[in-house]
Amino acid sequence: MTQHWRVALAALSAAFIVQACGQQQTGDQRDISGADRAYQQVLLEALLDAEAGSVIEIPAGVFVFDRGLSLSNVDGVTIRGAGMDETILSFQEQRAGAEGLLVTGSNNFTIEDLAIEDTIGDALKITGGENVIIRRVRTEWTRGVSTDNGAYGIYPVLTRNVLIEESVAIGASDAGIYVGQSDNIVVRNNRAEYNVAGIEIENSMDADVYGNVATNNTGGILIFNMPNLPRPGQGTRVFDNDVYENNTRNFGHAGTPVASVPAGTGILVNSNDDVEIFNNRVSRNRTANVIISSLHSAGYSDLGVEADFDPYPERIYVHSNTFEGGGNNPDPLELQALRIAMFGPTGRIPDVLWDGYYDADKLVDGEMPAELRICVSGAEVLNADGPNGYASPRVVTADHACSHDPRPAVELPF
Amino acid sequence: MMMRALYAALGALALAACGNDGGRLEPADTAAWQVAPAFHASGNPATLEEWGQFRIEDGALVLAEGVVPYGLNTALFSDYALKLRTVWLPEGADPASWDDGEVFGFPVGTVITKTFYYPRSSGGFERVALEHDPDAHFDGHALDLSAVRVIETRVLVHREEGWAAIPYAWNDDQGSTRLARAGAFVDLTLIAAAGRTQALSYQIPDVNQCAQCHVTNAGDAQIRPIGPRARHLNGTYPYAHGEQNQLAYWREAGLLAGGPEPVAAPRNAVWHGEMPLGGLALDAAARAYIDINCAHCHSRTGHARTSGLFLEPADPVGASFGLCKPPIAAGRGTGNRLYSIVPGDSDASIFVFRMVTSRPDAMMPEIGRSVAHAEGVALIAQWIDAMAGGC
Repeated sequence: MTQHWRVALAALSAAFIVQACGQQQTGDQRDISGADRAYQQVLLEALLDAEAGSVIEIPAGVFVFDRGLSLSNVDGVTIRGAGMDETILSFQEQRAGAEGLLVTGSNNFTIEDLAIEDTIGDALKITGGENVIIRRVRTEWTRGVSTDNGAYGIYPVLTRNVLIEESVAIGASDAGIYVGQSDNIVVRNNRAEYNVAGIEIENSMDADVYGNVATNNTGGILIFNMPNLPRPGQGTRVFDNDVYENNTRNFGHAGTPVASVPAGTGILVNSNDDVEIFNNRVSRNRTANVIISSLHSAGYSDLGVEADFDPYPERIYVHSNTFEGGGNNPDPLELQALRIAMFGPTGRIPDVLWDGYYDADKLVDGEMPAELRICVSGAEVLNADGPNGYASPRVVTADHACSHDPRPAVELPF
Repeated sequence: MMMRALYAALGALALAACGNDGGRLEPADTAAWQVAPAFHASGNPATLEEWGQFRIEDGALVLAEGVVPYGLNTALFSDYALKLRTVWLPEGADPASWDDGEVFGFPVGTVITKTFYYPRSSGGFERVALEHDPDAHFDGHALDLSAVRVIETRVLVHREEGWAAIPYAWNDDQGSTRLARAGAFVDLTLIAAAGRTQALSYQIPDVNQCAQCHVTNAGDAQIRPIGPRARHLNGTYPYAHGEQNQLAYWREAGLLAGGPEPVAAPRNAVWHGEMPLGGLALDAAARAYIDINCAHCHSRTGHARTSGLFLEPADPVGASFGLCKPPIAAGRGTGNRLYSIVPGDSDASIFVFRMVTSRPDAMMPEIGRSVAHAEGVALIAQWIDAMAGGC
């Protein structure tokens, strides 16, 4: 590989965006011609009048909103619909607001059994607050895959004790389900499809991601750390998920971290530590079923990265998963060339692709200490040799034959 | 001072030009405004009138006794609306306490108002004029209602349990108001001096949206004023009695106690759209603009702390100020750019893209405008272009 992979990735992503912008709509949005426009005022006032412990019940129906809704600094509020296919909040006519529903600083918040559709920006953003439950909520852009869709579907950030379950996220131009800068997280039994990132945990501590289906995204499940944030994250278990055919072209916005995710990524760990990936069924993700990488592969300059940011994925344990197919048609051209050169025209990238970056300062006698290693069992590992300009990619399965103690389960207080 | 004199002259011309053909000015129910300034310790009074901060007299909105107008050296952009800001402390209340950086410590009972208005333009009630003079049609005591269209007045009241934000919309008769807790859209056509028009989808925020900007510390989740800080107020104001430094007048009037003399106090640059600037003036204006437009959210305790982009006056212009900083969760807001600020290249900077775009999911600030602030964009672009570097 003569060319730098990250440069290639960035260039490819840019090319994809240009393409994506040309083909905006892939389907019709929900027909809201006969929908209820009067209910907006009712819900706006209910949110303004909400007091500690209020339960806001939204009946079945399709309700149209022309502005974002918000709830601020009220504890114990429950917003409850009649079902994710029965109570539909449509924002097709939204004129203002960066979110469909923005909840700030509200502890013990529950939202369940409704859908938020076709927002201009994020569908449901919850910022700050402890004990947050998002249950049987659907966020969707009904036209299908499009760069015109809003960024995030279900988006708690800076929360503690957060449960997202039995929810559905479709069509986000960034992440369908995204938990950022949070602590003590359970994401279970959800379905994420046709998003750029299906499920993403970023700069968060102690997350369990299990029982989910992630399919037809660009990348299925992503565990990320980004620099310059007040808090890095670590400690995630990804288990018992079905992660298959995440082969949708990357339709994210260039410059966003997920815009550099290759189409065909199953599970991706980027610059995060202490991640255990096990008992998943991961199949037919065309770039690689699992990618372990560092921020160095995302195509950003080092100049704007805080000095103490740790870009290296450490203490990663991939084991007991079932892999099938995948790696047969990687998205970046450089990887495609690598695949053919190393594995032949019908060969495939091994199930675990590591970009090869590691923290040389942590080596002891030339070896990575046992507690920091990337351990993989039951899968082949390809080291793409990023630090050397991808000059000598090689299969290094034996180097990663190690294990870590299992991570403890996340326990929620509710 | 020269500038204000010039603006005043221009304003007079504009007034002569548009006269009173804006329509819909019906005799106001001035009796409803005959209320002494009042502190409502709870509840949401149904009209602005009930607060007694203003009266309507001879076609003008007149400040009540003891209500003091104020201005900010550099102000938040709100769709080119002009703003009449006032503060009132109840009889016998202690003066506000000084703080070098934070909002002054106003006593319980304080009422702060901000009235958003535009000069009228000819051809219809929805047609309003773009005006840069922050005090147009206000003489330090009275706002000429025949020359302006008033959109809304927001009240911030300091109660025992904390500050509350209460928005009022002005009715089309321009002589009465109504509580607007759920907000509203007001469609306007903004007419620039050259006759260029822009459609404004002006949004009166709902009460929960007030918190988006005014909860400047998520830790205590309290609503607070943003403007009445030493550095924003430390400048001259054209009072009815003449120009005077605001900090000096506030002390004189018993509104403020403590702190250094104005000359030794923090002071942001005065900037109302003047360009071009260079050198230190450019840097000072840019930092003042970013402070009042961005820093109430982009601080370590503000709503935008999730972004890792910190834009307070004391923050160094480094990675956390956006230099070569990758976005975190910007979505469309990247504008297909890689870094918040690319030194020397404003076109490649997300910072500028977010000021130029008016798409609600990409623009900054997230609420409070429907069009771009062309002068603000030019200021920040020039500031970034003057930086050496690249990423």
